[in-house]
Amino acid sequence: MKVLVCISNVPDTTTKVTFVDNNTKFNTQGVQFIINPYDELALTKALELTEKSGGTVTVINVGLADSEPSIRKALAIGAHDAVRINAEPTDAMFVASQIAAYAANENYDLILTGRESIDYNGGMVGGILAGLLGMPCVNVITSIEIDGGVATLERDIDGGKEKVSCPLPFVASAQKELTEPRIPNMRGIMAARTKPLKVVDAITAETGSMTVSFELPPAKGACKMIPVEQAADLIRLLHEEAKVI
Amino acid sequence: MSIFVFAENSEGIFKKSALEAVSYASEIAGSNSCTAISIGEVSDEQLNALANAGASQVIVYNESGLNQFNAESYAKLIAGTVQQNGGSVLVYSNTYSGKALAPRTAALLKASIASGVISYPDTSNGFLVKRSVYSGKAFAMVNLPGAIKVLAITPNSFNLKSTGATLNKVSGTASYDSSEVKTKSIEVSKASGKIALTEAELVVSGGRGMKGPENWHLIEDLADTLGAATACSKPVSDIHWRPHSEHVGQTGITIKPNLYIAVGISGAIQHLAGVSSSKVIVAINKDPEAPFFKAADYGIVGDAFEVLPKITEAAKALKAK
Repeated sequence: MKVLVCISNVPDTTTKVTFVDNNTKFNTQGVQFIINPYDELALTKALELTEKSGGTVTVINVGLADSEPSIRKALAIGAHDAVRINAEPTDAMFVASQIAAYAANENYDLILTGRESIDYNGGMVGGILAGLLGMPCVNVITSIEIDGGVATLERDIDGGKEKVSCPLPFVASAQKELTEPRIPNMRGIMAARTKPLKVVDAITAETGSMTVSFELPPAKGACKMIPVEQAADLIRLLHEEAKVI
Repeated sequence: MSIFVFAENSEGIFKKSALEAVSYASEIAGSNSCTAISIGEVSDEQLNALANAGASQVIVYNESGLNQFNAESYAKLIAGTVQQNGGSVLVYSNTYSGKALAPRTAALLKASIASGVISYPDTSNGFLVKRSVYSGKAFAMVNLPGAIKVLAITPNSFNLKSTGATLNKVSGTASYDSSEVKTKSIEVSKASGKIALTEAELVVSGGRGMKGPENWHLIEDLADTLGAATACSKPVSDIHWRPHSEHVGQTGITIKPNLYIAVGISGAIQHLAGVSSSKVIVAINKDPEAPFFKAADYGIVGDAFEVLPKITEAAKALKAK
């Protein structure tokens, strides 16, 4: 089985977000970048699937050279090889178009992405990619089993879960419950240095959207403290003052 | 501009998120047409709710074979309908179904797309919408230059309209090839009687300060009294006190309820990212230095086991009035 896992290079979850250049660019100063956590789950699941039934796992990233540490980490975790499409990942349509162009001739049996990136939060790349490739997409999956070329998956739906079946090939996006992330061991880290990382030129693709500027949420006013002995007063305040209950 | 909106039904009923999407579409349509698309069997009484929310026309695919959500067939029907009618904007609610359909229809329509949208478009110079990024830590203004724009709006962010208009129903004529639909639904399980966290207006959430899953009845009692959904912090779902589906925060679900009550949660930056857009935040923590108090509107420094029964009792008294 040939599996492709799409990974995004994102700021660590502890990052305090600020912007530069008149609020038009994310401030990368002092920021640690990581593999997007949901993509890491997709990668781990891809490894579990191929360890069980054989196959290879390729990771693909649309990004500039500064995303290579995250790509090497994916190789250290266990991906067999990697592809970096050399372009700034401007938006979901652009990224999905790049990956679709590469994947179109590679006959992958399965393409996994994370549910969404924790920076752009679009959650759109998997769905657009599947649409461009004419494949089904099963989003927010919490389990996947493959038997005889047909997968059985569970996905989150609003207020519950749905079990679906889908024949290979298809695209699926990883939700938190899918698996637990793996910590790369020393052998993996050593091996990652020599695993193939192919850099591919970007195709000319339309950017579907452009971020014009960023802003931070307005600062919260002071917190109104309620003495613990008068805790019940909270309900009155929520009812009469905040008017939310 | 010709505005389209997908109105998702859940077992024949339009939920608030669907009516919000129709209201949003109607608002941006102004005096232009606002067409809602409904797929699956729905009664005229329910379809009337779409007209009331601002749909000047409802295109229906009223077939029992389409009752079960399927991203492939639904996306074909929606994209086909928009194409046939020269639609310029297509609106979804950013629910799990919306998240499946919006990108797929955007690919079919070669559209510009933005999800997690929290503003009406500003069309004075382009087509600008505001969306949340960095998991709620910031917002981005995004320009959509495409001839067709697909928007997935964040639930609980826009007002519902009530126009009193009557239903103008038309049968849809877009089609799809059923042999091309690969995904098949095997089983749907919904927690009965529980309020879906992603759509909840009120949320009561517990952290490690609750000391163990056996104490969750205190959270549930308050939630049940208020008609709220329950949630939890990441450590709590990581140690399996509560299911992953309840985890709110940067790597869990981002929510935007009217009221978020955090009990025994310190308020780490990753957690705050997922809840900071809540309209009113209450923090209950025995540590007066807990960072949550800086992000909250109301705070109580105290022991959860002492505070929760008191406020649950007060909530019961309020509801009984």
